[in-house]
Amino acid sequence: MYPDNFRYTKEHEWVLAEGDIGTVGITDHAQEELGDIVYVDLPKVGTRVETGKSLGSVESVKAVSDIYSPVSGEVTEINESLADAPEKLNADPHGAAWLVKIRLSAPAEVQNLMSSADYQSYIGAEK
Amino acid sequence: MPVQYSGVIDEHNAVRQAVGVFDVSHMGEIEIRGPEAGTLVDFVTTNAVRKLNIGQAHYSGLLYEHGGFVDDILVHKVAGDHYFLCVNASNQDKDFEHIRSHNRFDAQVENAGERYAQLAIQGPKALATLQKLTPVDLAAVRYYWFTDGEVCGSKARIAHTGYTGEDGFEIYVPPAEAERIWNEVLKAGAEFGIKPAGLGARNTLRLEAKLALYGHEIDASISPLEAGLGWIVKLDKGEFVGRDMLLKQKENGVKRKLAGFEMRGRGIGRDGYEVFLDGVPAGWVTSGSPSPSLNKNIGLCYLPTEQSQPGRSIQIMIRSQPVDAVTVETPFYKRAK
Repeated sequence: MYPDNFRYTKEHEWVLAEGDIGTVGITDHAQEELGDIVYVDLPKVGTRVETGKSLGSVESVKAVSDIYSPVSGEVTEINESLADAPEKLNADPHGAAWLVKIRLSAPAEVQNLMSSADYQSYIGAEK
Repeated sequence: MPVQYSGVIDEHNAVRQAVGVFDVSHMGEIEIRGPEAGTLVDFVTTNAVRKLNIGQAHYSGLLYEHGGFVDDILVHKVAGDHYFLCVNASNQDKDFEHIRSHNRFDAQVENAGERYAQLAIQGPKALATLQKLTPVDLAAVRYYWFTDGEVCGSKARIAHTGYTGEDGFEIYVPPAEAERIWNEVLKAGAEFGIKPAGLGARNTLRLEAKLALYGHEIDASISPLEAGLGWIVKLDKGEFVGRDMLLKQKENGVKRKLAGFEMRGRGIGRDGYEVFLDGVPAGWVTSGSPSPSLNKNIGLCYLPTEQSQPGRSIQIMIRSQPVDAVTVETPFYKRAK
């Protein structure tokens, strides 16, 4: 369920680092908690983001939630397909419904995030 | 009561198209008994209690002297000397104290929330679902009437009322029986595709039907005339708490009114967001959500009375960005009769 090559935050984002590019999304646990997702607000390509700062927001029928960037760097690509099909985030949060790609300014910081096993025990404890 | 079971939209659609069941046991109940029970209820509420028949219920307001809401409630006339009030959970104690403080009549007020659990069975298949579990002829219980009978062999107050804009029933049962009855309702409704429904669907359903939620459309600072609830205010019924202020408001007109809106731009105007008219702050959103039935983003907001008519273009501040919306006719959704 939670890929081993991803790293995870306490705010339920994931990042997959490949070279100096990090792909960021929200976790299956997050989409489950949010419920039916109706809007996804993402930053523009070229935006500089910082670890722990707002990267955008995800809106479900019930509420709006901020997405916090798990890494620092510059947004190189956003998942345009989510604008017209936000429900993809409920269906495939770890795959097709990635949110943004970021050129990492500090690739090492990814190692500070939780592993898949740590994240699963974290959400287990939260429940 | 959880926010959702299978998902807000799924639960919402089940209620609109078939049937859903809500565990609304958190709702409060207040019982008023005694020779002057009716006089007390009439004095503390806005609707005309004297017009109620035994076995009939109505929606009403419990007001402060200054015309704001203590709570919005359902009043059931059980007998000439016995009234049963269904009130909002978070207001129950406040309501109880408020009613008691005005009780200079021969009546006893009882905070009875502990004695009742409540289930709401709502949707076009609500009657067919509940009918399997009760000997009471539900088709004979008219809308906003109720009867005391049995559900699953347990005594129950069965009311033809609801908070979804759909046909349905609300049943009041002993708390010890509630779980068993909940399970039986789910079994009885299985052939219709019944879904347990949570707070999220309860909110989207009631918003589409423009039913007020305390703390949103109404509170201590809002009068029924501002909230579009003039129909529950019977100024000609005689003295009641808040009447003087409402008479003044009626004479002078109210400054603000509740209006429905639809988003034109991308976004959802949520509770508390500011509303702008021609670039100037003019009001606030009381409730806003995607409407699963209409596939639009809808909401309710307060606007200056003269600007509250349908067709007015407005802007809603969504995370520091003004987004276009337009005022529309309400309710947003009305079931086919």
